[in-house]
Amino acid sequence: MPEPLKFTYDINGENFASAGEASMQIKKELRSLGFDPQTIRRVSIAMYEGEINMVIHAGGGVAEVLVSPDSIEIILTDHGPGIPDIDLAMQEGYSTAPDTIRSIGFGAGMGLPNMKKYTDEMVIESHVQKGTRVFMRFDVK
Amino acid sequence: MTVSELAKAVGLQVISMPSPDTVIECGYAGDLLSWVMGNAQQGCAWMTIMTNRNIIAVAELIDMACVIVTEGSDIPDDVAALAKEKEINLLATELPTYEMCVQVSRLI
Ligand SMILES: Nc1ncnc2c1ncn2[C@@H]1O[C@H](COP(=O)(O)OP(=O)(O)OP(=O)(O)O)[C@@H](O)[C@H]1O
Ligand SMILES: [Mg+2]
Repeated sequence: MPEPLKFTYDINGENFASAGEASMQIKKELRSLGFDPQTIRRVSIAMYEGEINMVIHAGGGVAEVLVSPDSIEIILTDHGPGIPDIDLAMQEGYSTAPDTIRSIGFGAGMGLPNMKKYTDEMVIESHVQKGTRVFMRFDVK
Repeated sequence: MTVSELAKAVGLQVISMPSPDTVIECGYAGDLLSWVMGNAQQGCAWMTIMTNRNIIAVAELIDMACVIVTEGSDIPDDVAALAKEKEINLLATELPTYEMCVQVSRLI
């Protein structure tokens, strides 16, 4: 099997209002590689939610995307505050987003559930005060 | 109905309209971005009062037909510029969200 294509993005934590750049870029790459619209949609939505989470909750991080013909993997790594209770964070509607973030439309507590919904496998590893690593796999049907 | 036809029929303010002939397939209304992200359909007209840069990312990633900023919400210049750069149809109206939804439902 050929080596997967690898894309790496530094996600800047300074400016949450401009987040989404990496997701838009990966969408463009997948489109030019000829993936089907449904796969592109799933990957784009999950990547966006993960990207935004790193920006608003963790001060930024790194996104790595590994693209093979039959599966796409995303690994998001940050050195933010970590998630103390992952099961709780996964619940629809759970959010610790402050009012300033809510006022621009985030904080519904739907990001992680969306990511789960659109992935074939999602694994979160997190250590308080060290950071969070989110692995997502999408099988290409 | 196309985006430009809707804009004309309702008298929407055109902020950015790189693809006037895109057909509107359905409508969606909401201001919580990850809720919209998880539920809005491709090809929809999206009614929202949100006006920060993230609305452009959401519209782009979902392949929406257009974003309609309702209730006279102020659209910053950098968001208008980003819409043009990302080739997103961005329209605006003084109508309340509900009234705008009624128009979309009636016309498309
Ligand atoms: N990378 C991260 N680092 C630290 N905490 C995180 C991270 N990602 C998520 N969380 C925590 O998990 C909670 C739930 O995340 P989720 O994405 O579901 O909702 P949200 O980001 O608060 O709101 P929404 O995604 O709907 O805008 C967050 O409020 C935050 O407390
Ligand atoms: Mg989130």
